[in-house]
Amino acid sequence: MNKTVYVEMKNICKTFGVIRANRNINFSVYEGEIHGLLGENGAGKSTLVNMLSGIYKPDSGSIFIHGEHVNIHSPKHAIELGIGMIHQHFKLVDVLTAAENILLGNSQSVFISSKNKIKSIKNVMAKYGMEIDLDKKIRDMSVSEKQTVEILKVLYRGSKILILDEPTAVLTPQETDKLFEILKSLAKSGCAIIIITHKLNEILSVTDRVTVLRQGESVSTLETCKTNIRELTELMVGKPVSLSIERVHTNKGNLLLSVKGLTALGEHNVPVLDNVTFDLYEGEILGVAGVAGSGQKELCESIAGLYPVEKGDIFFKGENIVGYSPREIIKRGVSMSFIPEDRLGMGLVPSMDMVDNMLLKDYVNQPGITVNRKPAKEKAERVQKRLDIQTPGIYTPIRKLSGGNIQKVLLGREIDANPHLLITAYPVRGLDIGASYTIYDLLKEQKQKGVGILYIGEDLDVLLELCDRIMVLCDGKVTGITDSENITKEDLGLMMAGETLSSIKGGM
Amino acid sequence: MQIVKREGTSKKQLILIRLVAIIAAIVVSSIFIVFLGYNPVKVYINMISGALGSKIRFRSTLLEMVPLVITSLGILVAFKMKFWNIGGEGQILMGAFAATYVALFVEWLPKTLVIPVMFIVGFLAGGLWGLIPAFFKAKFGANETIMTLMLNYIATQWITYLQYGPWRDPSLKGFAKIANFPDHALLPKVFGIHIGFIISLVLVVLISWFLKKTKRGFEIAVVGESVSTAKYAGMDISRIIIFTMLLSGGLCGITGVIQAAGVNKTLTMNVSSGYGFTAVITTYLSGLSAPRVLIVSFLFAILLQGGSYIQSALQIPQAAADVLQGMILFCALGSEFFARYKVRFSSKNSKSSEVK
Repeated sequence: MNKTVYVEMKNICKTFGVIRANRNINFSVYEGEIHGLLGENGAGKSTLVNMLSGIYKPDSGSIFIHGEHVNIHSPKHAIELGIGMIHQHFKLVDVLTAAENILLGNSQSVFISSKNKIKSIKNVMAKYGMEIDLDKKIRDMSVSEKQTVEILKVLYRGSKILILDEPTAVLTPQETDKLFEILKSLAKSGCAIIIITHKLNEILSVTDRVTVLRQGESVSTLETCKTNIRELTELMVGKPVSLSIERVHTNKGNLLLSVKGLTALGEHNVPVLDNVTFDLYEGEILGVAGVAGSGQKELCESIAGLYPVEKGDIFFKGENIVGYSPREIIKRGVSMSFIPEDRLGMGLVPSMDMVDNMLLKDYVNQPGITVNRKPAKEKAERVQKRLDIQTPGIYTPIRKLSGGNIQKVLLGREIDANPHLLITAYPVRGLDIGASYTIYDLLKEQKQKGVGILYIGEDLDVLLELCDRIMVLCDGKVTGITDSENITKEDLGLMMAGETLSSIKGGM
Repeated sequence: MQIVKREGTSKKQLILIRLVAIIAAIVVSSIFIVFLGYNPVKVYINMISGALGSKIRFRSTLLEMVPLVITSLGILVAFKMKFWNIGGEGQILMGAFAATYVALFVEWLPKTLVIPVMFIVGFLAGGLWGLIPAFFKAKFGANETIMTLMLNYIATQWITYLQYGPWRDPSLKGFAKIANFPDHALLPKVFGIHIGFIISLVLVVLISWFLKKTKRGFEIAVVGESVSTAKYAGMDISRIIIFTMLLSGGLCGITGVIQAAGVNKTLTMNVSSGYGFTAVITTYLSGLSAPRVLIVSFLFAILLQGGSYIQSALQIPQAAADVLQGMILFCALGSEFFARYKVRFSSKNSKSSEVK
């Protein structure tokens, strides 16, 4: 079979300071192909595609687009070459319509919405079988609609090579399926698609070929139909790993946390938490599933006393803690480790070292007006040892550590405080597989000690394996709470999209 | 051309960048001096000797340094919290104002207590002037940059009003001036330099200790780095902002007391003479470190003192001396930009080249 090569990258190297992000990477994508780029965080996936989209330049190596040797010097140049990047965070103007967003930035005339242009957008839509209401404003759209607009935008600009950076992170399983349908039809009509992900099942379900990156090197390129999850994992991690989380069984303890009718408002007084009610027992892991932005952050922050509660009660060991200051709540043994998308946003001070970060919550309990760093130093050493944190030293600013190690610092500090309730949101976000399992083990250990854990997760497989019960949030509402042993991933997906548990079970 | 953030700058690179900045400053200034018709080497030698050449000149340089050091410490405390206090001018003047009230109008106070009380009220008045924007920032999220700046104008006009109105010395006919302080309200001297110098050194040590070792200092650093983390750790952000600005304004207020009681011997607009703004530069150049404030302020004082010396020694107009100072500063501050970013030139055909 002789396929046209659309993209070819040869011996690409890129270093940032001392970090060699890409080393001699060889990578090619054919016409009509969906090519998966697989690798753990820090494996160099983003660096590689950023060189295609003109954000970075390779230190050495060559890039060929449609067979021609090019030197992509800016994102604009990349667009001219027909390379379109769809970022994880959409770059759309909320108050404009879909059509206006699509035309934005590449219009020569003063007025953008001329009839001809609308017609040509519709032609593109018809060609690839996409559907979207062009007059709908972005702010009224769902996440998956926004993503469609993004895709349409790059297609309208004539891109034949599409790069999608973790496109499914914000989608429900059903929306993911729909996206994959679109991608497949795009590939059929001659586009070349590069999709970045670390979710193995997605690689298997949508790609034709997959390139695995590890520590900046391209380990292997495989035909997707000839590989399996185990092989891909081993290539990705570099060693065989066991892929199951064994649930430890504990006896249900006392009622620890009881949230009743919790309502909180966001911008424009729209409820971000709507009458949320649930219980959490000692020695239990309660998972929270939901599409990103369904109220998870607000739920965590409300319990920690950081988000204003509009209505409802939060009983912790029988005491209503609504209205208490964060410090009073910390004193009662509530610990929160929230890993935001930028990782460093809350919980840690990036420019400070491990010792000072250990002090964050403890300094206030020390006598006198000065801070004593000695206990914090001991704590830092203890946490470093216990969690095997890779750092040049406990006095290195934590911003210099890798993402996984930063997360371990945060979780380690929270666990070291011996909490009664541990709220942990996205603790394995961006971690490699090995590190993720360390974190799961830590959580299980805490559970056995009788700690109640509220686990906000992204990966449904992990939620199902790790948690005792799962609560699903959709637009701030609880659509169901269920034992994780008698629910399927598909049902969770439906609940994430707004179906209630009773309607799913009733319908069956 | 693209501007790219540097990923970690090594010590070697930093030294190189600073070195290039100094050379650039000398070269650019030299061109300017030649253009004016002077010999640059002679001008530079004169500047140095004007600032350090004799005991008296050295003393004046140290006197010039004192207000810079103390004001910089005040600004530093606020900047550490990322509270952009550019209201040093106003806080200095209000501190001087309160001290002047004690010096001139509180006659029942025992003479030995006058100076200590002047320092206390000066600190409080400067602190209160800093507290106003802090309160509005903490309660309503008001922009502190604008507020501190505006409060400067109010303070300035308030002092002018006093000078031409209620506090005008009636014994001086036709000349609007506030009366000189009585002798017991003037700062005593040690080795020919008023005790403000010693106070400034003590404050450097104190503030250094405060920021590094105390709980408050730790809180300020955390709030400055990340408000959301500070909240998460249970810190009371409003209280920290208000306390910090009381300290920041208070330190500036002390500058006002020292300048009024040690240099001007009365309350005039000269008490501040731009220290509130100059200190923003010295604080920034010190990289928010209290000990380094001392070094930077000393160098800056040499620049100021040397600048005014060449005016009289070589008949260089004041404006030209100011231009010279400006150019040197421009290079020093400009180098900070290159320490953080690099400029990349590229075109479609040529390979990328990088310029430091």
